[in-house]
Amino acid sequence: MRAYVPVLLLLGFVIANAVLIIGISHLTMRARPTPVKSSAYESGIPALGDARERFSVKFYMVAMLFIIFDIETVFMIPWGVYYRQLSCAVPLLASGVCPPGNISFFGLGEMLIFMAALLVGLIYVWKKGALQWD
Amino acid sequence: MTGGDIIEAVVKSLIIIVALLTAFAYMTLYERRILGRMQLRSGPNRVGPAGLLQPVADGVKLAFKQAITPRGVDKPLYLLAPAISVVTALSAFAVIPVGPTYNIFGRAIPFHLADFNVGLLFVLAMGSLGAYGIVLAGYASNNKYSLLGGLRAAAQLISYELALGLSLVGILMISGSLSLTAIVEGQARGLWYILVQPLAFVIYLISAIAETNRAPFDLVEAEQELVGGYHTEYTGLRFALFFMAEYINMVTVSALAATLFLGGWHGPFDLLSGPWWLLAKIILILTLYVVLRATLPRLRYDQLMRLGWHWLLPLALLNVVLTAIGITLLQ
Repeated sequence: MRAYVPVLLLLGFVIANAVLIIGISHLTMRARPTPVKSSAYESGIPALGDARERFSVKFYMVAMLFIIFDIETVFMIPWGVYYRQLSCAVPLLASGVCPPGNISFFGLGEMLIFMAALLVGLIYVWKKGALQWD
Repeated sequence: MTGGDIIEAVVKSLIIIVALLTAFAYMTLYERRILGRMQLRSGPNRVGPAGLLQPVADGVKLAFKQAITPRGVDKPLYLLAPAISVVTALSAFAVIPVGPTYNIFGRAIPFHLADFNVGLLFVLAMGSLGAYGIVLAGYASNNKYSLLGGLRAAAQLISYELALGLSLVGILMISGSLSLTAIVEGQARGLWYILVQPLAFVIYLISAIAETNRAPFDLVEAEQELVGGYHTEYTGLRFALFFMAEYINMVTVSALAATLFLGGWHGPFDLLSGPWWLLAKIILILTLYVVLRATLPRLRYDQLMRLGWHWLLPLALLNVVLTAIGITLLQ
């Protein structure tokens, strides 16, 4: 955990920096509100209704698809880091090299099956038009 | 941790913050000068010698703007959003190694703030958290343009994050580590990863430009459609915070590209020492950013989605498979 202490320190400084800038903005930037000035900007015409209305369902679709494929990426990262060992039938040598003649297709095959399943999913949403934006 | 370690971390943190803020200030000037040149004009050159004090003048101007907080904004979120943007942008740089270990004042000082075994994930996580700033700004402003900008940002960021993350898997398979220091050392021993992973580099670069909302992927703040996008209702220093976050993110993704694909702080000759090599590579990629902005028209939103989902994502998957086959056969 010790490696994380400097990052926490940096985070503290960075937050202080943001608070400082917003604090300065309160000191230096004066507000002179008028009813027109403090209305929401809408190209010079009076704003109609509230901005927080319903919006297109497509944004939700993208968000759902993202979760599926992001989890795929999350699974692939540890697999990728460990791949050299997975493609070797015996433990790797200290130099990180596989002893000759010990190729294993275990890691590759496993991931190809996983990816094929996801690829079917991608083709399905593609054909269903979930990625169609117009 | 000893007192010395704490002092070292504090000094490094302050250097990172000051360096990034300076980089932000001069990146704005550099960009405006290059854009000017590409449009056959001079760009800002009046404030100070060759316009070098322009960023200072801009900062002072922004600090003394009128504070306009429209009716109907969600005040806490409205102030929190720019803070989130800038905090995540500044902290992502923590794990990027900028040089070898030097001996300074009799202490062996490694030129990175922290090196942990999930360094790459840390940078990606900070990048993803940055999306909250933009989305919250769009929501809190109670303005239709802002909301649309925020929604577009959310969809665009998550779409390109997939391709970005997947393009890096090939690197992890070759280096066998998520630590950025280990990845730099792996390239120093062998080839730069851009030579082994050219497809991944192209995918990374395109996704990184989209992730930082820069032209030609700047639909989030498309002036002609959305006025100012998510920061329409922000003035003065609060607006400056978003600007700061955007430029610092550009610096960070460029530094990450240099670290992952271009050999980090190692150079082919001993002309420059470590940090200067990294700086040169960052400037090279930032120049590419500006030239792209001056050259390419903005994509339409459906084109953006098609590029991300129909091209970059399958290509990134293909790259992973090809890398896997390559590693297995070469063993």
